[in-house]
Amino acid sequence: MKTFGKMLKIEAKLSIRDMNMIIFAEIMPLIVLVIVGIVYGSKEAFPGAGYTFLEQNFGALCSIAICAGGLMGLPLTISEYRERRILKRFQVTPVSSLMILIVPVAIFVLYSISSIVLLWIVAKIFWGFTFRGSYFLFFAGWLLVLIPILSIGMLVGGIAKNSKSASVWASVLYFPMLVFSGATLPYEVMPGAMQKVVNILPLTQGIKILKAAVLGLPLTDVTFAIVAMTVLAAVCIGISMRYFRWE
Amino acid sequence: MMENVIEVKQLSKSYQGKQVLKNLSFSLNKGMVLGLLGANGAGKSTGIECILGTRKKDSGEVHILGKDPVKERKELFQRVGVQFQDSNYQREIRVDELCEETECLYQNPADWHELLKKFGIGDKEKSLVKDLSGGQRQRLFIILALIPQPEIVFLDELTTGLDARARREVWNILRGLKQDGLTMILTSHFMDEVEALCDQIIILKKGETVFQGTTTQALASSKCDKFEDAYLHYAGEGEENEDIW
Repeated sequence: MKTFGKMLKIEAKLSIRDMNMIIFAEIMPLIVLVIVGIVYGSKEAFPGAGYTFLEQNFGALCSIAICAGGLMGLPLTISEYRERRILKRFQVTPVSSLMILIVPVAIFVLYSISSIVLLWIVAKIFWGFTFRGSYFLFFAGWLLVLIPILSIGMLVGGIAKNSKSASVWASVLYFPMLVFSGATLPYEVMPGAMQKVVNILPLTQGIKILKAAVLGLPLTDVTFAIVAMTVLAAVCIGISMRYFRWE
Repeated sequence: MMENVIEVKQLSKSYQGKQVLKNLSFSLNKGMVLGLLGANGAGKSTGIECILGTRKKDSGEVHILGKDPVKERKELFQRVGVQFQDSNYQREIRVDELCEETECLYQNPADWHELLKKFGIGDKEKSLVKDLSGGQRQRLFIILALIPQPEIVFLDELTTGLDARARREVWNILRGLKQDGLTMILTSHFMDEVEALCDQIIILKKGETVFQGTTTQALASSKCDKFEDAYLHYAGEGEENEDIW
């Protein structure tokens, strides 16, 4: 525990010094929130909805930081640590490989939490955001997005040949999911045909859960999303633990 | 009583059908210093990595402090310090952060502030590691290998990049630690250093052990006056620089 705390503190400092995650996980969701706020203001999502467009998309905005951490931050950190032979240095110390992976994961979890808090505060102050749903469901939905997305990142970082190929994979996963899953471009403004296509993205399913949780809507199709996300997480975690390479 | 702290038997390794280490065998008593010598590509680093278990050996046996370095990695590396040839570190990390991050891995760590002072870089605590000079960084990585208060320390290319005075200082510190019972395995390209520190040497040539014994024995058997000549006699340095591993 002492080791974990110390490593977390130091690695978190390094991550903040690096600024990338501050920009992509903290500032970017806020920018999207501000754009949605300016464009739609406190307009209803649709006539008679009973909640605003911004409230409808709040759940989606909460996933941007997870995307940045899981699909960009984590794979790049792990592959860079391997390439710079930092993992090799740790290999000749008593630390476990699990700890080496858990520390960056914990950092990206913290980024996600602080992003949600920031979004909440800003949305509340400027656009009177109200959370209408269940906190428990929101928390469960958050985990259901967080764990699979981080496990994808762990897999990519764990088995990519080098940081170059990790960054290619990260981009292939990150940008489409960021744009098309409804995290930035609202799902509701997409044409029907496009909605059908983007439904196959894991994050689209996750965002549906988060949105329903924020708005207090009944969770339709949630069984499928839960099963799909759980299987995805289990497979990714399993493979990355099995094929983890120090070098 | 003398105690065998390292036992290496018939250690071999090849890459893509090319043998880079052949039947390396030695044992080392507590408090002894072994120098692993040879030209670039002779198999020194491969040897060290196969002993530590960071590279998979093809055949042979390794016991360090009676333990298997692969199967009992976590217990063993509480008591063993390692400095790799191309030591690496996080891009934006500071000296104190790197020391703290190393310290927190061990049950009984040394006071790294003291070590920094002892090695003459006590004023660099807040500097970024990447801003240190080559020699300062080299000393820092020796310090990291000493933070666990190890019983055995592996030092790959110990004083590369250090100036003459700094090398002398490092030698003196290491001699002091040796007197306290620290066992060392080191590689070096400086023969004065080897003479100053090593009780035993192994000279490798294309992965094969071409000499094993003391520096005095190397002088006697090669009929050379200077140890550096004796080393060159065995290692044939300059002939095999093309195969660098």
